[in-house]
Amino acid sequence: MTKSEARSSPARFRNRHLLSTTSLDRSEAESLLDRAEAFAPLLEQKIKKLDTLRGRTLINLFFENSTRTQSSFELAGKRMGADVVNMSVKSSSVAKGETLIDTAATLNAMRADLLVVRHGASGAAELLAQKVDCAVINAGDGQHEHPTQALLDAFTIRSQLGAIEGLKVAICGDVLHSRVARSNVNLLNLLGAQVHLVGPPTLLPDSAERWGARIFHSMRDGIKDVDVIMMLRVQRERMAGGFFPSAREYFWFYGLDEDKLKLAKPGALVMHPGPMNRGVEIDSSVADNPNVSLIETQVRMGVAVRMAVLEALADRGAEGAA
Amino acid sequence: MSTRPTLITNAQLIDPAKSKVETGAILFDDSILDVGAITSAPDGAEIIDADGAHVAPGLIDMRVIIGEPGAEHKETFKSAGRAAAAGGVTTMVMMPNTTPIIDDQSLVDYVIRRGPDRSGGVRILPAAALTKHLDGELMTEIGLMAEAGAVMFSNGDKPIVDSRVLRRALSYASTFGALVAHRPEDPFLAEGGVMHEGELAARLGLAGIPAAAEAIMAERDLMLAELTRGRLLLDMLSSALTLPILNRAKDRGVDAVASVNVHHLVLNENDVDGYRTFAKLSPPLRAEDDRAALVNAVRDGLIDVIVSGHDPRPAEDKRLPFAEAAFGAVGLETLLPGALSLHHRDDIPLTQVLRAVTQKPAELLKLPQGRLAKGAPADIILLDVAAPFRLDSDTLRSKSNNSPFDEKLMQGAVKRTFIAGKTVFGA
Repeated sequence: MTKSEARSSPARFRNRHLLSTTSLDRSEAESLLDRAEAFAPLLEQKIKKLDTLRGRTLINLFFENSTRTQSSFELAGKRMGADVVNMSVKSSSVAKGETLIDTAATLNAMRADLLVVRHGASGAAELLAQKVDCAVINAGDGQHEHPTQALLDAFTIRSQLGAIEGLKVAICGDVLHSRVARSNVNLLNLLGAQVHLVGPPTLLPDSAERWGARIFHSMRDGIKDVDVIMMLRVQRERMAGGFFPSAREYFWFYGLDEDKLKLAKPGALVMHPGPMNRGVEIDSSVADNPNVSLIETQVRMGVAVRMAVLEALADRGAEGAA
Repeated sequence: MSTRPTLITNAQLIDPAKSKVETGAILFDDSILDVGAITSAPDGAEIIDADGAHVAPGLIDMRVIIGEPGAEHKETFKSAGRAAAAGGVTTMVMMPNTTPIIDDQSLVDYVIRRGPDRSGGVRILPAAALTKHLDGELMTEIGLMAEAGAVMFSNGDKPIVDSRVLRRALSYASTFGALVAHRPEDPFLAEGGVMHEGELAARLGLAGIPAAAEAIMAERDLMLAELTRGRLLLDMLSSALTLPILNRAKDRGVDAVASVNVHHLVLNENDVDGYRTFAKLSPPLRAEDDRAALVNAVRDGLIDVIVSGHDPRPAEDKRLPFAEAAFGAVGLETLLPGALSLHHRDDIPLTQVLRAVTQKPAELLKLPQGRLAKGAPADIILLDVAAPFRLDSDTLRSKSNNSPFDEKLMQGAVKRTFIAGKTVFGA
């Protein structure tokens, strides 16, 4: 199959759900990125709508607030012609004591085709996937995974630098609590990049060196000569938890400013999954520099990648039901 | 160099890097130019005939409490500097428990900029607080303070009870290779105790601090150092019970070292008998078996460093019923004779005694001094190792004179102290 053929047909997908990047093989991941590439120009057109998912129902089930991810999935679903229902925790019966399993039964009764789940507990998407009839997409479960974020990051890098194979990518900051970092390490490794994890030891898991990444406690060493720097969000409550002493000290040693950025490869790109803490993990002069910062591009790419994922899983869901 | 060169001839050189004392000469300006057999001196050099007296690197005292800022009635940079120079201490590591507490880079900077001016040249290096306000809850800006010049991080005399806090502090500090000093003492077991728990305390009717209070927390601390791969200094061990625990940890490759207060190598709980509050120390002076075990541990290298534990207390804090009196003793002027007593009793060879107060602390703190080597800063003492004297604590230069060595016979007198080649004591 040639590349242009690949782009004209849905991504090949073995699994019924997308719960983790570890379940992807390289050709699956690449076919998703190829498909996203086909969808991307569509989003720049005046009329942005397809009818691939017409008549299908997509439910966005968000137990945690996330404007960015939720609206990205909602847009992706609508662009593909699906009916999109947003359920957030405050308006659902979860707040009234319904368990996750009860919720699954309710969703089955609603005959959804695609379920996008964001939950604060690691493993929640997996639990739901065991109990519902439709395809489940993990939109972030606790500190475990956020696979579509990793796919959109990979897609963003590929669209800017042409290929991922052989690139050096530094992921900097609170790796310990980051589902984005876990998904990105897996996927970038799968696609042939060399990953650096950078942060103080209090914010890196003890076993991180066994993830197939190199560990750096000094940011200057960790971002030296890298092609891409991915900054992670630092949550202010981590300070009170004693993981690091202060925002001031964090910024001094681990904040990305122009001075540190000079150590990366010339032309290196800067990414951030958002929302940013300016002056804690990233300096505004870097975040707002259109020549290096892909932070806005990431948001645009997110819709195309999620369209590719929805399409691939909608097909699998239909096969499963058949 | 503006410092006038000095040549000391006919000296017994105590090079802590060597196993034996050697006869020779030493030539230095602000740093050491040559050591050994030196035949000629540069023009204008001061030539001192040591006449068989000893030359050693100046002492590095890793545990000094100074009252400045905040308690200048106990001790100031000036009075501590005078005492240190007379005691052969050329570098003091100052504990953070001042008022305000040294838990911020501006205070580290203050000590580094103001200290040496006021101390008469004696080097003062701050040990910064490990947790904010020393309250054992939130770690301080370890990285920024290390960059500002803090040489180690300590919670002073207050142990960190919350194991998770110490874990994170050790782990975070390892980013900067920073040494974390922690005094192991379980505060619940020690609460209310005023001396070593044992037969004597029972007889005196005083509440005791069991040796287990130290051993229990030392074991925890060592396990946390192992878990985090942090650098741990067990600060001022007092009990034989702790030593096998430390030994096992070192065997496992844990990056841990230990210090002992010189008082605990010379005195024991019997010095407290008669309710002598000047011998009320924290950790407490323990049994004779503990003292002997600590001496052996220094000899075997299990304990790395000897400190003065200098803790000035005015008489009004000491002349109280035993239970109400303050803990602590001054030590800047008695660190050297106290440590030398181990040599005089043939417990530990002379070069090894000196190593525990010069080279070892320098290595731990990554300092260039503490050596008799070409190129090292000329922090040097000329001393009469055997000179006997009876300590009269009224003559101590410290602003407070709370020494349990008062009226004790000691040996070892500093004749002259040089820092960066300049004389700061004697002449």
